[in-house]
Amino acid sequence: MLSEGAARLREGEDVVVGVVETHGRRETEALTRPFEIIPRRVSENHGRPLSEMDIDAILARAPQLVLVDELAHSNAPGSRHPKRWQDVEELLAAGIDVYSTINIQHVESLNDVVASFTRVRVRETVPDHVLEQAEIEIVDIPPDELIERLKDGKVYVPEEASRALSHFFSKSNLSALRELALRRAAQAVDAQMLDHLRAHALGGTFAGGERVLVAVSERPEAETLVRAAKRLADALRAPWTAIHVETGRSSGFGAAERERLARTLALAAQLGGGTASVPATDVVSGLAGYARDYRATQLVLGKSSRSWWFELRHGSVVDRIVRSAEGIAVHVLPVAGQVAAGRPARRNWREGLEARPFLWSLVMVAVTVACAVGLRQLLDLNNVAMLFLLPVLAAAGRFGLRPGLFAGLISALAYNFFLLPPLYTLSISNPENVIAFFVLLIVAVVTSQLAARMRAQAELANRSARQNAALAGFAQRIADAANPDELAQAICGEIARLFNVHAMLFVPSPAGAALVAAIPVEHRPDQLDLAAANWTLEKGKPAGRGSDTLTASDWLFQPIAKGDRTLAALAVAHVEPDGAAIRSDELPLLLSLAHQSALAMDRMQLAEAMRELDVVRSRDRLRAALLSSVGHDLRTPLTTIRSAIGELGQSALAPAEAAIVDALDGEVERLDRFVGNLLDMARAQAGAITLAIEPIDLTDAVASAVHAVRKTLDGHDILLDIPPELPMVRADPQLLHHVLINLLDNAGRYAHPGTPVRIGARRGPDGLWLAIRDEGPGLPEGKETAVFETFTRFDGSDRARGGTGLGLAIARDFAAAMEVDIRAERCTDPQGARFTLSWPDRLVVRIDPEALA
Amino acid sequence: MKILVVDDEPQIRRLLGVALKRAGHEVAEAGDAASALRLARTERPAAILLDLGLPDRDGIELIPLLKADGEAALIILSARDATDEKVAALDLGADDYVTKPFDSEELLARLRTAARHAGRRGEERLSAGEIMIDLAARRVERGGEEVHLTRKEFALLAELAAHPGRVLTHGQLLRTIWGPAHEKDIEYLRVVVRNLRQKLEEDAARPSLIVNDPGVGYRLAR
Repeated sequence: MLSEGAARLREGEDVVVGVVETHGRRETEALTRPFEIIPRRVSENHGRPLSEMDIDAILARAPQLVLVDELAHSNAPGSRHPKRWQDVEELLAAGIDVYSTINIQHVESLNDVVASFTRVRVRETVPDHVLEQAEIEIVDIPPDELIERLKDGKVYVPEEASRALSHFFSKSNLSALRELALRRAAQAVDAQMLDHLRAHALGGTFAGGERVLVAVSERPEAETLVRAAKRLADALRAPWTAIHVETGRSSGFGAAERERLARTLALAAQLGGGTASVPATDVVSGLAGYARDYRATQLVLGKSSRSWWFELRHGSVVDRIVRSAEGIAVHVLPVAGQVAAGRPARRNWREGLEARPFLWSLVMVAVTVACAVGLRQLLDLNNVAMLFLLPVLAAAGRFGLRPGLFAGLISALAYNFFLLPPLYTLSISNPENVIAFFVLLIVAVVTSQLAARMRAQAELANRSARQNAALAGFAQRIADAANPDELAQAICGEIARLFNVHAMLFVPSPAGAALVAAIPVEHRPDQLDLAAANWTLEKGKPAGRGSDTLTASDWLFQPIAKGDRTLAALAVAHVEPDGAAIRSDELPLLLSLAHQSALAMDRMQLAEAMRELDVVRSRDRLRAALLSSVGHDLRTPLTTIRSAIGELGQSALAPAEAAIVDALDGEVERLDRFVGNLLDMARAQAGAITLAIEPIDLTDAVASAVHAVRKTLDGHDILLDIPPELPMVRADPQLLHHVLINLLDNAGRYAHPGTPVRIGARRGPDGLWLAIRDEGPGLPEGKETAVFETFTRFDGSDRARGGTGLGLAIARDFAAAMEVDIRAERCTDPQGARFTLSWPDRLVVRIDPEALA
Repeated sequence: MKILVVDDEPQIRRLLGVALKRAGHEVAEAGDAASALRLARTERPAAILLDLGLPDRDGIELIPLLKADGEAALIILSARDATDEKVAALDLGADDYVTKPFDSEELLARLRTAARHAGRRGEERLSAGEIMIDLAARRVERGGEEVHLTRKEFALLAELAAHPGRVLTHGQLLRTIWGPAHEKDIEYLRVVVRNLRQKLEEDAARPSLIVNDPGVGYRLAR
C-alpha cells in the first residue's frame, strides 16, 4: 500500500496518510516518510488514551488519495462509526480515493469458512460489498516464508496474543487462507469480466433469473445460513433475500431471541440481501407461499434441530418444504449448534407457565365433578363422561394448549376417582370404563390442540388487523393536517402513541437539522442527537441506538425519504432511558409508517411549492405586463414626436430653426435610447430574460451593432479585425446585439474625436474573445469592475459624457445571462479602454462540414 | 400609391398621413382591426402599415387575413421589440417590420422597397453594386467575371434575390434550402452566408450585400 501510494505521489497526485500502523518498525516508518500524515484524533476512554483516524480532518484536507491501513479495524467507542470501513465509505462518498489493506480472514462472507478450519472466530469483519467496490491487489507470500518472517519478528503480532495465535499461523492454516485469498481475488476478476461482457453485450454464459431465498430463525446458527446464501447468490449472480416466518411461536420470543433475529436480518441487509418478515400460521406454508411470490429458484434451509420425536409427529419441516416447493432447488445445510441450541425454547416453556389458567382449569373441573356426581344418579355413566369435555374445551379455548392438556388430564383422573367404580381410587374395575377414560384423555388432547391452533390463528389475524388499523388510522390522522407544522405534530404524536415511545421529528434547514415536533413537546435534542439527525438527513440512513452510526445516542433516527430525497428524520426513544429505542419486531411497522409519512410530507411540500410558484407566477405576470405597458406608453408618444420632428426637418427652415430641430432630434433619440435601456435594465434585474440561444457569426453581430450606433460612432474609424474563419459562438442574438450596442456606444462617446475604434476577435486556447478598444481617457485605476455598476460615471474624469449610466450595467447583466465573461481594462500607448467579451470553449460552435455541400 | 395606415393612436396616424402625403401617396386610416379589414377590401391599397397593438384584435392575427385579401405590401409597425414576434410576423407573410419609434425617411424607403416587390417574384436578372445575378441562367458575376458558387450558396442567393430588400427569416431560408428537418440548424445558414460574403462582398467583415437582422434573418440589400 505504502509503495503503491508512493508511486502515485511521484506521479504528482495528492496523497496523504490517513492512518498507518507502523508498530514501531523502522522499515515501515521509512516508507511513510514521503507522505503528509494526517494527525490522529485522540480521545479518552476509561482513562486510556485512544487514537483513531481523524476522518473530519481528512475530509477537510480533501486529498486525491488517502492511505488507510487495516480496513477491518473497530473504532474506539464514541467515534462517528463503529467500524473503520464505514469511515472509508464516507471518504469514498466524498470523492476521495482510498488505498487500504485487509487480511483475508476479515472478509464477512468467509467468516464461517475461516472459523471452520482455524477454530478461531474473527470478530472484526468487513462486509463483502465494500470489497466488491474495490480494485483488489493480492499481497501473496508463500506460507513457509511467512512463518520464517514470523519467527524473525518481521510480522507484527501483539505480545499477549502470540501464544494463542501460534496455532492460527500453522502451515496448514496459512495455506488454506492463502487459497481463500487467491480464490476471492479470482472471483473479483471474474465478476469484473462478467460486467464487461454484459456492458458490451459480448455474449457469454451466466445464470439468468435465479433468485435465492434463505429461511432464518431466531437461532444463532441462522447467521451461518445467511453467509452461505450470500456465497450461493454470488456464485449464481442472483439477487437474494433472507426471510423470517412469523408464526404464533414468534410472539413468545424473549428479548434475546428478538435481538438475535434482528441481528441476523441486519447481517443479510449488510451483505446486500433483501429481508422480509412474513406472518403465517406455520413455517412451511409461509415459506412456500413467499417462495412462490418471490419466484425463488433456490431455497436455503438449516437442517432442523428439533427432536426425532417432534419430527415423528409433525414431519420434518425440510421434508414438507421439499414436497410443497416445486421447481425450487432446496439446499439443506447442516448447522452445528455452537451455542447451546434448544435452550431458549425450554426457557420459553417455563416463561409460559402462569399459575392462573391452571387454577381456573382446576376450578372448572371441580365444578364439573360436582355436577357429575349430582347427575350420576340420573344419567348413564358414559353420558356423564361427556360432561368432562366441557371444562377441557373451555380451558383449551380460553387459555391455550397447556392448560387444556392439564384440564384433560385432571378431568380423566377426576372421572376415574370420583365416578368410575371402584370409587375414590385410581383403579378401574370395568375394562369398558378403561376405554372411556382413555377416550376422554384423547379427546382432551385433540380438542385442546385444535382450540390452541385456532387461538394462535385468531391472534395472528388480530395482530395483522391491529397493524392495518394502526396504518389506516395513521394515514387518516396525518391526512387531516392542514400545514407542515400540523403534519409534523401528527406524525410525532401518532408514532409516540402507537409504539409507546418518545418521538422527535427533524427536517433539513440551511443550518442543519431543525426540530419541528417532539413528544413530549418540551423535549429538546442535545448535541449528539443533532449530530445523528444531521447524519440521517444527509445520508438517508438510520443513526443512533440500534443502528451502526453514532450508537451512543438514546434515540434511533430513521430517515423519512421519498425516492432518494430525505425529507425528514424521525427519532424514537424508549420512555425509559437505556431501553432499546424500539422492539425489533415493531421495526417493520415503524418503517411502513415512516414511508407513509414521507408520502404525506412530500404531498405537503408539493402543495406548498405550487402555492409559492403561483405567487411567483402572478408576480412575474404583473411585472411583464407592467414592463410591456410602460414600454408601449413611453414609445408611442416618442414615435409621434420623432415623426413630427422628421416632418419639420423636411420643410424649408431658416438656419436657426433647423438647428433647433436638429437639437430636438438628437435629444429625442437620446430619450429613446434611455427608455430602451431602462426597460432592458428592468428586464435584467427582474430576471425576466428569456434566452433564445443560437449559433452566431460575430461578423454579423458586429456589423449589425455598428450599423445601429453609426450616429454615435460618427467621426471614428471602425477598424475590424475578425478572421473570416473564426468559429461561431452560442448566444442570444438580441441580448448580444444590446451588449455590443452599449459597448460601442460607450466607445463612441468616450473616444477622442478622430481616433479609431478597434474591434477584434480571436480563438483562444480555452474559448473565444471579442474586444472593443477605444482611444479615450481610459478608466481610473482600480475602477475596472466598478465601471459596470449601475449609474456609475466617474465624476471629475471625462467619463461623464452624455451617457445614461446604464449601458455598461446592461452589458454586464446581459453577458452574464448568456454565460459570457465581460471585462474592462485600462490601456496605455495609446491611452484608452478595452472591453473584452469571452466565450468559454463549450459555447464555441463546431460544425460538421458535410451538411454544407 | 394608396397606403392604408392601421394604428390605434390618432397622433401617429395623423403624422404618418402627413409624411406619406408629402411623399406623394394617398392615405386611408383605420383605428382598429375591423375597419382595417374592411378598408383593405374596399380601398385596395398598394401597401399597409400595420400596428400590432390594436384594441379589438391582436395585429398578428390580421397578417394572414390581409395577405389573403390582396397584393398589398404589408409592413408591421410595433413598439414591441421582441425577436420572436418579428419572426412570427415575417413567417406569416409580412414584408417588413419596423420598430417604433422610427425614422420617417427610413420608413418611406422600406415602404418603397416592399411595395415594389410585394405580390410578385423578383426579376430574372438583378444587380446590386458590382454583383449581377441571373437566376434563369444560374449565373453570378462580380465586376463582369463569373463567380463559382456551390449548390447551397447559389440556392441561398437565389432565394434572397427572389425577395430583394425583404428580410427572410432563418426558418424560411433553412426550410427552403435544407428542408424542414433542418429548420433549426442556423449554423449551416451562417456558414453558407459567410462563404457567399467571401466571394461576393467587397469587404466580408462589413457586409453590405447580405445583411443580417439579429435573431431574425437575412435580406439582400440593393
